[in-house]
Amino acid sequence: MEKKEHIISILVYNKPDVLARIAGTLGGKGYNIESLSVNTTTQYEISKIVMTSIGNQATISRIENQLQRLVDVISVEDLTNVESVHREMALVRLNLTPDKKDQIKKAVDDNQWKVIVSNDNYVILEITGDKAQLDLAMARLEPLGIADITRTGLVALELKN
Amino acid sequence: MKLKGSQILLKMLEEEKVDLIFGYPGGAVLDIYDQLYKSKIKHILVRHEQGAVHAADGYARATGRVGVCLVTSGPGATNTVTGIATANMDSIPIVVFTGQVPTTLIGNDAFQESDITGITRPCTKHNFLVRSVEELAATIKEAFHIARSGRPGPVLVDLPKNVMAAETEFAPADIKIRNYDVAHKPVPKKLAQVFEMLNHAKRPLLMTGGGVILGRAAGELSELARKYKIPVTGTLMGLGSFPGTDPLWLGMLGMHGTYHANMAVSHCDLLIAVGVRFDDRVTGTIETFAPNAQIVQIDIDPSSINRNVVVELPIIGETKATLKDLLQFLAEHKYIPAQEARQEWLGEIALWKEKVPLTYCQNGEIIKPQYVIETLHKVTNGDVIVTTEVGQNQMWTAQFFKFDKPNTFITSGGLGTMGYGLPAAIGVKCALPGKQVVDIAGDGSIQMNIQELATAAQYNIAVKVVLLNNGFLGMVRQWQELFYEKRYSHTDMTYAPDFVKLAEAFGVVGMRITKPGEVEEALRKAFAIDKPVLMDFRVSREECVYPMVRPGESLADMDLGTREMIN
Repeated sequence: MEKKEHIISILVYNKPDVLARIAGTLGGKGYNIESLSVNTTTQYEISKIVMTSIGNQATISRIENQLQRLVDVISVEDLTNVESVHREMALVRLNLTPDKKDQIKKAVDDNQWKVIVSNDNYVILEITGDKAQLDLAMARLEPLGIADITRTGLVALELKN
Repeated sequence: MKLKGSQILLKMLEEEKVDLIFGYPGGAVLDIYDQLYKSKIKHILVRHEQGAVHAADGYARATGRVGVCLVTSGPGATNTVTGIATANMDSIPIVVFTGQVPTTLIGNDAFQESDITGITRPCTKHNFLVRSVEELAATIKEAFHIARSGRPGPVLVDLPKNVMAAETEFAPADIKIRNYDVAHKPVPKKLAQVFEMLNHAKRPLLMTGGGVILGRAAGELSELARKYKIPVTGTLMGLGSFPGTDPLWLGMLGMHGTYHANMAVSHCDLLIAVGVRFDDRVTGTIETFAPNAQIVQIDIDPSSINRNVVVELPIIGETKATLKDLLQFLAEHKYIPAQEARQEWLGEIALWKEKVPLTYCQNGEIIKPQYVIETLHKVTNGDVIVTTEVGQNQMWTAQFFKFDKPNTFITSGGLGTMGYGLPAAIGVKCALPGKQVVDIAGDGSIQMNIQELATAAQYNIAVKVVLLNNGFLGMVRQWQELFYEKRYSHTDMTYAPDFVKLAEAFGVVGMRITKPGEVEEALRKAFAIDKPVLMDFRVSREECVYPMVRPGESLADMDLGTREMIN
């Protein structure tokens, strides 16, 4: 069976150790979490966790079953199999060194990257997009000299309920 | 009504109809023990917290009710971990209450502080740290509900000392909890598939597991087997879910299963597995497990399905309700097994049984452990609840004691916890004082929780310990004999206490039996005494458990151990 990245959306009760339960269950059973994103929903007592994991369909089904066993898990859905939109975000600091300064400013203009902080020494960019867009941006940022970077986990939403 | 946390705890235990707690006091639970002093709930003081959990576990396995224990914080709590993991692996409903340092000290490395909810997260079904007295009552109710609903399991509730001392309004009627029940969905389409599969099968086989006992489905399983003449094998946890004396019973399958059970699994064309999880000790090499069979798996827990063995037809549901539906479907659609093919299949199994029966050779002046177990069955007519320790004693019991009823064989199957049997037997005897309860033990295992003899003596809990004393960690020694050229690295237990004197020192009756001719009389004598008794049977030192599927082999390739059988 083909191995690929699956996006798993989990609704949970917003309890103090629910993330530890999920991470512990997956870690303890030998499954790897590639990316993770957690926040509350419109209801404070319910959180949504979006995680990605690489595996074949059988492995992913086992992960879903293990998560379903947890008392604080309300529902688990593999968004890979339904139509959904995906976004990630990166915050990137580029140092405006004399040799790169012009190159950076041109690249920011050309790519229409969103600048959220700018001063004489550096710029901080906010890059949002799906995985392919982020990967493309990273490839273009690389030669400019990334001073620091933070990337979120992937978030996803199914097109219709 | 304003009540303190410790009072609410006991009120809620009464609400849950808890009549018995196994426990051990300490600083963090002083408030609770002060309430217990005035309570009608009986408390058994164990001698080690691990014993408390195993006793609660034994109580639960024998009665189907939730077992309860209470221990203090820190080491009291960490001592419960092996017991909790044991219950978790076998899906046993228990609730473990642990004391905790006051909430204001949590995280400070306070005296006797341990992050017990963190430690037990992977080995409980669920756990709670109660942060305020307002959430206490609902948490306790939730804990009991979670422990016994769906696929049962252990739940731990951590109780900080200040929460036990704090006061709040208490109104039990207002307590609401979330609903976790696994709904049993009717599956007519799947039942029709089973019907079709049964119609086409020439060699059907039932495989029963712990889920049949936990789901109280033994009656339905037996009806299915007997009505349609389907032979039955079972896992260690399934023993007792189908009568061991029924001709359709093939015995346990797997590593130390019977030859005919393993051959039947290897040759069947339809395997209906109920309440099993296809543990590695059961399947042998996965690739060659039931190679000719279509497999139907009935289980309450979706995570048990397609985990180890990929099955053709999974049915998720309670074992009892599903088997009931299946029986009804088969009756309505007038399923009649093809007589000739079925006779041929049963005949084939009978030939395997004849070719390699379960056997041993009791001659000479040395007691064979299997003989003790068979004699125990004879003396008690099988009307006894048996717990075991882990190792050879456990496997010989599984092989040679014919369990006819569910909840009568109580053993640590998944985790394989040495030291389980004695405290579990104490728990069983406390739950069912009118029953004879026997712990079949080895000399290694018994020493792991032997302090519980004091508990048995203090309350006159009249359990009988059948100690099969071979002076070895027998199962490990067996593997060293077979796979490590008899290099008996640290398995010789000849240096041991005088078990008879030790029993007597605890206030337990001690007996030593050294000759085959004394076995039956000793057992009869022990059962006539209304006190705990330890019988030290000196048995053949290097007896092996046979037959055996060597690790990495198929069930069909059993090591029959003929050398051992004839000497």
